[in-house]
Amino acid sequence: MSQEPKEIRLTIDGQEVTAREGTSVLDAAMANDIYIPHQCHHPDLKPVGACRLCGVEIDGRMVTSCTTVVQEGLDVKTNSQKIHQARKTAMELLIADHHMDCLACAAANDCALLKDSAYLGIEPEQLQRLRPSNKGLPIDTSNPFFQFDPNKCIICGICVRTCDEIVGRGTLAFIDRGFDTVIGTFGNKSFIESTCESCGECVVRCPVGALAPKRPKFAAREVQTTCVYCGVGCGIYLGVSGDKVVDVRGDRERPTNEGSLCVKGRYGFNFINHSDRLTKPLIKQNGEFVEAEWEEALELVASKFAETKGDEFAALASAKCTNEENYLIQKFTRAVMATNTVDHCARL
Amino acid sequence: MTADHRTVLICRGTGCESSRSPAIQAALDAELQDSDVEIKFTGCHGMCQQGPIVIVEPEGTFYANVKTKDAPKIVESLLHDGEPVERLYYKDPATKEQLPTYHDIPFYAKQKRLVLHNCGRINPEEISDYVEAGGYQGLKKALFELSPEEIVDIVKQSGLRGRGGGGFSTGMKWQFCQQAKGDVKYVLCNADEGDPGAFMDRSVLEGDPHAVLEGMAIAGSAIGAKQGYIYCRAEYPLAIKRLQVAIRQAREQGYLGKGILGSDFEFDIEIFQGAGAFVCGEETALMISIEGNRGMPRVRPPYPAHSGLYGKPTLLNNVKTYANVSQIVNKGADWFAGIGTEKSKGTAVFALTGKIANSGLIEVPMGVTPREIIYDIGGGVLNGKKFKAVQTGGPSGGCLPESFMDVPVDYDSLIAAGSMMGSGGMVVLDEDTCMVDVARYFLDFTEKESCGKCVPCRLGTKQMLTILEDIVEGRGKPGDIELLEELGGGIKGGSLCGLGQTAPNPVLSTLRYFRDEYEAHIFHNKCPAKTCKHFITYHILDSCVGCQLCRKNCSAEAISGEPKGIHWIDQTKCHKCGVCFEVCPPKVFSVEKRTGDLEIHTGEGESL
Amino acid sequence: MEETLQTILSKFDGKQEEIIPILQKVQDAYTYLPEESMEQIARFIHVPASRVFGVATFYAQFRFTPTGKNIVSICRGTACHVRGAPAILEETTAVLGLDGEGTTEDMEYTVETVACIGCCALAPCVTINEEVHGNLNKKKVRTLLAKGSKPDDG
Ligand SMILES: Cc1cc2nc3c(=O)[nH]c(=O)nc-3n(C[C@H](O)[C@H](O)[C@H](O)COP(=O)(O)O)c2cc1C
Ligand code: SF4
Ligand code: SF4
Ligand code: SF4
Ligand code: FES
Repeated sequence: MSQEPKEIRLTIDGQEVTAREGTSVLDAAMANDIYIPHQCHHPDLKPVGACRLCGVEIDGRMVTSCTTVVQEGLDVKTNSQKIHQARKTAMELLIADHHMDCLACAAANDCALLKDSAYLGIEPEQLQRLRPSNKGLPIDTSNPFFQFDPNKCIICGICVRTCDEIVGRGTLAFIDRGFDTVIGTFGNKSFIESTCESCGECVVRCPVGALAPKRPKFAAREVQTTCVYCGVGCGIYLGVSGDKVVDVRGDRERPTNEGSLCVKGRYGFNFINHSDRLTKPLIKQNGEFVEAEWEEALELVASKFAETKGDEFAALASAKCTNEENYLIQKFTRAVMATNTVDHCARL
Repeated sequence: MTADHRTVLICRGTGCESSRSPAIQAALDAELQDSDVEIKFTGCHGMCQQGPIVIVEPEGTFYANVKTKDAPKIVESLLHDGEPVERLYYKDPATKEQLPTYHDIPFYAKQKRLVLHNCGRINPEEISDYVEAGGYQGLKKALFELSPEEIVDIVKQSGLRGRGGGGFSTGMKWQFCQQAKGDVKYVLCNADEGDPGAFMDRSVLEGDPHAVLEGMAIAGSAIGAKQGYIYCRAEYPLAIKRLQVAIRQAREQGYLGKGILGSDFEFDIEIFQGAGAFVCGEETALMISIEGNRGMPRVRPPYPAHSGLYGKPTLLNNVKTYANVSQIVNKGADWFAGIGTEKSKGTAVFALTGKIANSGLIEVPMGVTPREIIYDIGGGVLNGKKFKAVQTGGPSGGCLPESFMDVPVDYDSLIAAGSMMGSGGMVVLDEDTCMVDVARYFLDFTEKESCGKCVPCRLGTKQMLTILEDIVEGRGKPGDIELLEELGGGIKGGSLCGLGQTAPNPVLSTLRYFRDEYEAHIFHNKCPAKTCKHFITYHILDSCVGCQLCRKNCSAEAISGEPKGIHWIDQTKCHKCGVCFEVCPPKVFSVEKRTGDLEIHTGEGESL
Repeated sequence: MEETLQTILSKFDGKQEEIIPILQKVQDAYTYLPEESMEQIARFIHVPASRVFGVATFYAQFRFTPTGKNIVSICRGTACHVRGAPAILEETTAVLGLDGEGTTEDMEYTVETVACIGCCALAPCVTINEEVHGNLNKKKVRTLLAKGSKPDDG
């Protein structure tokens, strides 16, 4: 596919829109500010058409817009009476099955379920006719960074697909079937006992509060930067409150990571304000570490380097450095220090 | 008449095997070893309830309910020109008349056995039997006389529609697959038959497996496929065994494998055993399951004809569809199109069960009425009870009341009536069947079998089931009926696959024809059929003779009374298990079920 | 465990589409699917273990605990239902002292319900260790369980 993707013209609710070949009708509509409710769709993942909320009418037939690819001349209706009724039934059923403790829920601000139920105008009286599920399943709090509440899970499968398609870990699966379906790990083990590497990719994509960070985020503003942990250089936004970093999220526009992060980049920011963190160099004097100035420390290192050449010297480079920095260390060790004894922490 | 040229046919379908027909065969084998009498075991004769069945040809003598101890008598009649064993004749439940041959039996007289023509006639484990009966002629014709396009044309012109339930034109489906681009294509046979109350496909596989293999091979030659799979449920061990034998023999005789019958056509078939999931009968789920996944259906398009198993063009048909094809190609499209109604050609195979005198497997031309099936073939309702409804289409279908008894049965008439042909279950319900309970039963089934992928089906079937459970257990609320209708509409319109799209049918059809029964439960504290425990009480009448049977059998110790005195039931202790009702001698018949006047059992619900 | 499992796996190629047939063979050998076996199967066909578990839990055929010596499967097909299957289940569990489906403490019996076994004409029916018994009522169930699964012909 080296050619330029073709532009397709179609009509959505009477409005002419264009979209790139291969785009879903749902994404095309959303890109043109036409809202279609959806729960199981995520732009990073392959569509499955499971929640049925994104139904639209094409040629009198109801199809799911997340699984329908745009075609030249399509005439899409997003809001016929028939569609509305089917969506309403699905939404009422979802809510009757959901543990609605919205006030205490980590997802409250950006919960897809709340958003779409408001969009569809679901009334409490309608819900009262239904029999609530009240599943009462145990919450898994084993992971240090996030928790899983199956009573809030809408079985959209976004987490399963994320762990498969994006992370490539395959920790999660649908377990059992039908109404009893749950999201789980091999042998229904807790997250901490499973193969999960705590990257949190699934957590950020969960549309509701089922997979949710343990630490609520109260960031007042965001600062765009680059993760300091390794040479990959993932783009991140630090969520800042006062002068403290309280949250991290991946930068979806950064080509290196397209929003993805690993466990360290996403959850490992505690060190920033940690009391044990070194902010000044230490020099050992009489068997004790004593705080020093940078100038002093660097001079000491340089003078020691001058004394030790050849096989007395070894260099251990770090994954926190960039490729270029690692190259320089290697070059310095061989050319200046005259030894080949150079290694890297990532090799261990 | 002499004993030679006689053939004894012993039915060994699953039904008769469970009634110990293999033991009877062993007994006959031992005694008749050195005689000229040929003993042949066959697939199902259809009259499973009368099993084990033994037929003696050429006369067609029909022995029902044969026991091992009857074997010597049968042997004697065969070897020493003895009289047939009249005692074992089939007795017509209506007229009480003894009928000596199957030609006399109305159960068979009204049928037209096309798909089942070999079932009960040939030994399913002998390919030569099938060939002698005209088998593999269709395949020969397909390979040497017809082009792939001509085969498709014949199937199209025959008017054959899929026997798996949907009734889609088989010829059209074949044409799509034929025209689909691709070097690798697959032919699949749907033998999942998960519909509870149906065993048509099983009987065909057990009784005439080669007809299915032949149909698949013809399909392979028409669409250009080399590989076929039969997806068969693991609950059918006998069918799987017979298929394995048939496939082995067909390979040995050159009907499967490379260079079939000397042509350059190559085609082979493998069996895939399902693992217990009704939804895997759905076409995309079936393919996804063969690929080694959870059998969760996927959105179509793409349709399997373009992208099916392993992403290749794939043809999927039902067992009976293939069994029809082998004969259609052999005998011609016109022959087939001459049977049935204008839009539904050929025959319909039904598993006739429930409250019916003659349970069993039957085949009738399309367009026959339920009345003919139930009364002429089925011998009427069991124990002379009053007919209430007939359920067709299983969990996707509905219940049709008396007023539909004279409507010709075909794909379209059943859909118009709110039911479905389905794959062919036909369950007769009588006055003792509660229609709310039947609806609850089917929802319980679909709720358990829903794959759980999509919201309307996963949560909707559960919601409807809970409401129905509430109704049959006395917790029904005003507004529930309307809610069921509303949910039913939303689930039908919104679900991803056929399971969810049809799951509300049993509820909607019973609401349409038997709404009063729902209302009786919700508003009048009453189960008119006296089925739902919550609404019934047991009472002992003054005609009690004091035999003490009920008292001794009551595990709740709720019954008191002296020997020979009238007994009574302590309603506060009664578990309503109904044992007293069951054990009270039929001549006395002093235990009565009542419903509707029970203040003590209204529970929390308001009694109106 | 190890040896039996390896013998089973050696008959397969290690392709993903073999997952269900492999699970069936393993269950045949052990009467259920031990957790370690599923982990090994996953390694053998090169998929995450969660995937094997997800597949196994989807299908009703697979069990995750050992069964009793005798398996009583009660048909829940339509014909059986309208002809009294619920009473048969009730009686069976009552006789064996079970609270619904499950395995008796002495590991003698496992009671389960199954989708239609296709013997509708003989409804209500159960299979005991693959042998079908039809036309049952509560009394027949009691006799059947009292003497185990013996042919009752003659
Ligand atoms: C939930 C569900 C279960 C089904 N079960 C079966 C089945 O057991 N046997 C069958 O032949 N078709 C079944 N079907 C229909 C198949 O999807 C498919 O339409 C059929 O096998 C096509 O064959 P035909 O055209 O010969 O009928 C089922 C469909 C659904 C939605
Ligand atoms: S945190 Fe990462 S590895 Fe763990 S389950 Fe979620 S996506 Fe998979
Ligand atoms: S945990 Fe969240 S992402 Fe995963 S299925 Fe449940 S709702 Fe969807
Ligand atoms: S309709 Fe039911 S069975 Fe079909 S995909 Fe949806 S949940 Fe699964
Ligand atoms: S977003 Fe399309 S079906 Fe869920």
